[in-house]
Amino acid sequence: MTKEKLKKTIDAIGWPRLIVCLFFAAIVLTAYVNGIDVASYFSSTLKYWGMWGILVLAMVPSIKCGVGPNFGVSLGICCGLLGTLLAIQFEIAQKIDAVLPGFGPWASMLFALVIAAVVAWLVGVGYGKLLNMVKGSEMTVTTYVGYSAIYLMCIVWFRAPFNSGEIIWPLGGVGVRNSVALETSFGGLLTDFLGFNIGSIYIPTGAILFVLGACLFVHMYFRSRTGLAITAAGANPTFARASGIDVDKMRIKGIALSTVLGAVGIVIYSQGFEFLQVYTSPLNTGFICVASVLIGGATTAKATIAHVLLGTFLYQGLVIFTPPVSNQLLAGTDISDTMRQIIQNGVILYALAKAKGGSSNE
Amino acid sequence: MSNSPLNKRSWQDALKQFLFENKVIILFVGLSILCMAIAQTNVSYIASEVFSRFGRNACLVLALIIPCLAGLGMNFGIVVGAIAAQISIFWVVHWGFTGITGFVLCVLMTTPLAILFGWLQGMLFNKTKGSEMITGLVLGFFAAGLYRLFVLYIMGGVIPYDDPNLLDRGFGLRNAFDLTGNLKYALDDISCLTTFTVLSVVMLLSTLVVYFYGKKTGAESKPIAGKLIGWGALLVFSIVARYIPFLNEMLGGTRLLLSDAAVLGGLALILWGAMLLVKNRPGKADPMFAKALKWVILGAVLVISAMIPVVSKVYRAVRLPAMTLAVICLYVLFNSWILNTRLGQNMRTVGQNRSVATSAGINVDKIRIIATCISTVLAAWGQLIFLQNLGTFNTVQQQDNVGLYSVAAILVGGANVQKATNKQAIIGVFLFHTLFVVAPLAATQLVGDSAISEYIRMFFSYGVIAVSLAMHAWKLAGNSKKKA
Repeated sequence: MTKEKLKKTIDAIGWPRLIVCLFFAAIVLTAYVNGIDVASYFSSTLKYWGMWGILVLAMVPSIKCGVGPNFGVSLGICCGLLGTLLAIQFEIAQKIDAVLPGFGPWASMLFALVIAAVVAWLVGVGYGKLLNMVKGSEMTVTTYVGYSAIYLMCIVWFRAPFNSGEIIWPLGGVGVRNSVALETSFGGLLTDFLGFNIGSIYIPTGAILFVLGACLFVHMYFRSRTGLAITAAGANPTFARASGIDVDKMRIKGIALSTVLGAVGIVIYSQGFEFLQVYTSPLNTGFICVASVLIGGATTAKATIAHVLLGTFLYQGLVIFTPPVSNQLLAGTDISDTMRQIIQNGVILYALAKAKGGSSNE
Repeated sequence: MSNSPLNKRSWQDALKQFLFENKVIILFVGLSILCMAIAQTNVSYIASEVFSRFGRNACLVLALIIPCLAGLGMNFGIVVGAIAAQISIFWVVHWGFTGITGFVLCVLMTTPLAILFGWLQGMLFNKTKGSEMITGLVLGFFAAGLYRLFVLYIMGGVIPYDDPNLLDRGFGLRNAFDLTGNLKYALDDISCLTTFTVLSVVMLLSTLVVYFYGKKTGAESKPIAGKLIGWGALLVFSIVARYIPFLNEMLGGTRLLLSDAAVLGGLALILWGAMLLVKNRPGKADPMFAKALKWVILGAVLVISAMIPVVSKVYRAVRLPAMTLAVICLYVLFNSWILNTRLGQNMRTVGQNRSVATSAGINVDKIRIIATCISTVLAAWGQLIFLQNLGTFNTVQQQDNVGLYSVAAILVGGANVQKATNKQAIIGVFLFHTLFVVAPLAATQLVGDSAISEYIRMFFSYGVIAVSLAMHAWKLAGNSKKKA
């Protein structure tokens, strides 16, 4: 009886989540025992939690609308990069600062967010149409579309006609540099906003509030009429169609929302990172987002806001706590990236095997 | 595709169909020609680059065919096979084996490892039916993580591996693994004559084995006298030619000039075609006649082309590794042989429809595991061939792009997720790598910066796969809608 109960509980939590949780707990404990400054690493975990939250949140609409985890979130990321670059190019921060001192960074970020969201919505609608054509193989197609989009944008960045000195390569080059500093626009804006210390743990209030706000927005959206229709279309397309819901249209809406969240997410990520990483750096982002939401307890067919928040915290916590611990225990080696690679892909594999193939119900 | 005379169609329709069926190939030929025109480099350089890349990559691409026909789609999991090959190299180099001995030892060590990996992979694929491709891709990353753990921390850390030349800081292998002086060109350097000897002995033995095995089981067996005479003649030729200075000079070296290969191959084709004509005495309407004639003409074209100064200059710039090409031929023969056996027929059935296969009494899961195993083993050997040609490799990351480039190549050749042939693989490798060589040259010429070429290459590779997968999935979705 107890054995059965235990098995049931484990099944409900899921092996990978259990293992990751235990692993995380062990790492934090080891760090504490070995006299590593746990508080400061905990602060970074919170900071990165705020940075990644919205990118991971982008998985929710795509899973809910029936497409499955959106490996192609990089499409949205490219839009976000474009918005930010334009905000720097037009010197929004400096121009607004001259009129309304102190509001420059906010205006700059708002500009980047609006451009990113609008472009991402348009791209997302097209992307949703593509994914409607390839029902049943969405995950493979999203992965490869995401990859090729990144390399296409690499070619664009390489010769894009920006002329702001902060974007182009120094010494009068052309094209965007590898990482663009956000110091003069909105670097660290949210992370520093209303930030305070509890003991020696820093709370990045602004960023966390923004993430929670976005979560609330998504939550409310899925409570609305359209949102409910999207959920219905994803959960059971045949039934949804019978009750008069245009399934294809709902899927397009879900994917467009996911792409917009990806675009917004990278803007928020960049403000926390204080640099805009262009070129091939978003290659792995899709996988990180998928793995995060899966660690949080989502499956390829079901995801909630709670999964996002928990998953992001665990994933980022692991990424941040492993290097110092492995450095201490294994005498100057950094095993963390290898561990991250194994855990990240192992979790995705487990979810795929659990789903028994095919994310789509059709 | 059929050439039957019953199919009366106007040539316009035939042309249209030809263009439609080969649209990917035509697109890539066009792109390559465009890039060549922009780059304006000499053709000899491009030709020699493309042929060397062909020898390096063909086997990996040919490893994709069997799982594709068994309904597993494009096997991105060949990365796992590549990992098996790399692990075996670490030990063989450590033990100090060199040349062909080392290579054969690598093959012997890799095979059981690859079978084990393929078996595990096949079990995973059976749990994720319908999404094997994304599973294979993620599995590749996952396996690469475990491999990295193995190479950087376990080798020398947990497993004793005491080799100051290979270890970085007491444990963990060096970033770059140099094969110069041990395994580099182990297979490529085998002369054409030795290749002929080995090949004819292998074929003689396998013919006899198949014949007697067939007799024992009572199955109908084809007469083998012709085959025995043919391969026997090759064996005698390969031994005698060593004592003829002119032939020994031409075929006894480490590489075979493409000009010589064209003449010899052309003569062989003419001989083969003539033999078909004489032996079967087909009438003019017989399809056999057209086939034999095609061989003769192809052979003649090859021989004559080697006489044209411009072409022969290019031909002389290309130096072929005889044994590697022979192995590629063996891969092709193996693929077509196994698909005609009972196992192969079962694989096709499973690939076409799993429920039909189950009701016909085929153990679907087992067939799928076997197909995955074969693919993994072929890929592992393919990676060995790749690395012995390359001569040095990135210890941790070498396997990463194996799946990507191989799949892109076979798709360029006109294959799709459900159907792939040897021909498509061969054409695909040539086309994909031609573009791979010329696109950067063209980009450098146009933009004046070669950094962009890497992006262009990767964009092409990923783009080809994305478009091909999307088009196939679209067709499938359309079909299922029609059914419903």
